[in-house]
Amino acid sequence: MTEATLRIKACGPLVSYQDGGRPGMLRFGVPASGPMDQLAHAAAHAALGNPDGSTAVEISTGGIDLVCEAGEVTFCVSGGDFQVFHSGAWTRSWCVRTLRAGDTLAIRPGQWGSWAYLAFCGELVCKQWAGRTATHSTSGIGGGSLSAGAVVKLRDTRVVEEREGEIPVPDLARPRKSARVVLGPQIGAFSAGSEAVLLGHEFAVTPANDRMGMRLSGPALALNDALAILSEPIVRGSIQVAGDGVASILLADHQTIGGYPKIATIVSVDLDWLAQLRAPDSIRFTAVEASEAVLMARSEASMRRQYLEQISVPRGNLQTRLMRENLISGFILG
Amino acid sequence: MSAQGWPRYVPIADHALLVSFADSIADSTSAAVLGLDRALAKSPPEGLLECSPALVSLLIKFDPLVTDHVQVQKAAEALHRTPPLDSNEGTVREVEVCYEGEFAPDIAAVAEASRLSVDEVIDCHLKGNYQVRMYGFAPGYAYMSGVPTAIQVPRKAAAVRDIAAGSVLVAGPQCLVTTLKMPTGWSIIGRSPTSILTSDESAPFLFDVGDQVRFKRISIAQYESRRATATP
Repeated sequence: MTEATLRIKACGPLVSYQDGGRPGMLRFGVPASGPMDQLAHAAAHAALGNPDGSTAVEISTGGIDLVCEAGEVTFCVSGGDFQVFHSGAWTRSWCVRTLRAGDTLAIRPGQWGSWAYLAFCGELVCKQWAGRTATHSTSGIGGGSLSAGAVVKLRDTRVVEEREGEIPVPDLARPRKSARVVLGPQIGAFSAGSEAVLLGHEFAVTPANDRMGMRLSGPALALNDALAILSEPIVRGSIQVAGDGVASILLADHQTIGGYPKIATIVSVDLDWLAQLRAPDSIRFTAVEASEAVLMARSEASMRRQYLEQISVPRGNLQTRLMRENLISGFILG
Repeated sequence: MSAQGWPRYVPIADHALLVSFADSIADSTSAAVLGLDRALAKSPPEGLLECSPALVSLLIKFDPLVTDHVQVQKAAEALHRTPPLDSNEGTVREVEVCYEGEFAPDIAAVAEASRLSVDEVIDCHLKGNYQVRMYGFAPGYAYMSGVPTAIQVPRKAAAVRDIAAGSVLVAGPQCLVTTLKMPTGWSIIGRSPTSILTSDESAPFLFDVGDQVRFKRISIAQYESRRATATP
């Protein structure tokens, strides 16, 4: 059996093991967790030929420095625009390379993006909870967080040179100016003008941005104080408004129930790029009907599938690579 | 069975439907939430992913690639016409509590606010008929209804940090046993060695929503011996 050992030399906060997530446990107070940017996580595994939903290391803007102490393994860094320093060479995220004993690897935030994924041709050995490695940041259940000094073990490692090189960054992964929302479910808890404020103004991401959610700054969304709402279910993408009128978008490690009213919910296809925003990026909201949101989910699912299939094909020798890169850039630009 | 205008169905994004049964807490509302939850589990419509019950509403999460809000609402409306869950139907679970010493830092204050002795507060807490109404806040936080009126106290003005896992808390009519070290504004009246988060992968939680809970008093010595055997 082939194995590799990595040692973490330095590491920011919120660097954790994440598989595809742990859905189905909202009724027990457990959100699905999993990657903040599901598309980037899926891309890293597709580019390595791994099964979808395998475990990767999610890296925050705090970055990571590690050294390969033993073994050799092909890896992929995806998500946002991060800087990748690999044994003297400098490149950007969305790349596949091979780490060998003695190599160092450092990942740092670049022009945009809050979360990067480090995936391997091999299995990351870490704890599971309820059959999943996805780490829930506030309770620590799952594979857990990494910190300086930690040793990362990999088994069934492989070196797959024909997968090395750059992978295209899909337009779907890039941040946009406006996120689409379906209003409600507690729009009735807000004063009459709040809907227009939400849809007519720009909001900014604040530094209070973690795996639980993203607090915004912007105009206050006034509550209708006639009635305090009872604790109601929350989903990933809920825009909840606290008593002070400040809106927060709840993300991968959201609480499952909360007493603050939700003025709107982000459509699922806009959650990946939204999670990549950083303070003080700005964002607007556009309302769509629930039925339109369903159609968006369907059309974008096929675009995502197509992209992941494209990058999952080994790149092969130089000639095949050049040909494929032309095809992919045609698809991405088209 | 249904009041005028209820239940209400509200779409959430592209992947969920919120079914609300009332705008205030009542046993009949809870029975309706759990009834629909149970009915959907028994006859899941195509594309159903999961349901999450709260005090007056049920979240129904679905796969938008397979179904949509209209189809899911139709299925829920048809199932809602079936009789609601009998509140005595849930499985009865026993949870042990030690009400003594450092495990119960707020029990004297609860006694004072209730104008009872500490022993009377304990007896009263043990006599309650508790039912798990929902999970929330953190993994395994099961909110139970059924704290007897005589010992219902409001939340504290400010939360206290780092309350140990296994703490037995009360606030108003609600009771819960914590599963993680977390802040709380509720009154801490005991500590339980009973694990709500089990290590069993197929059933990681002791309760399902709708289960009934009975508390059983244990001594500090019993608590310590339970903890000793529970830890591998």
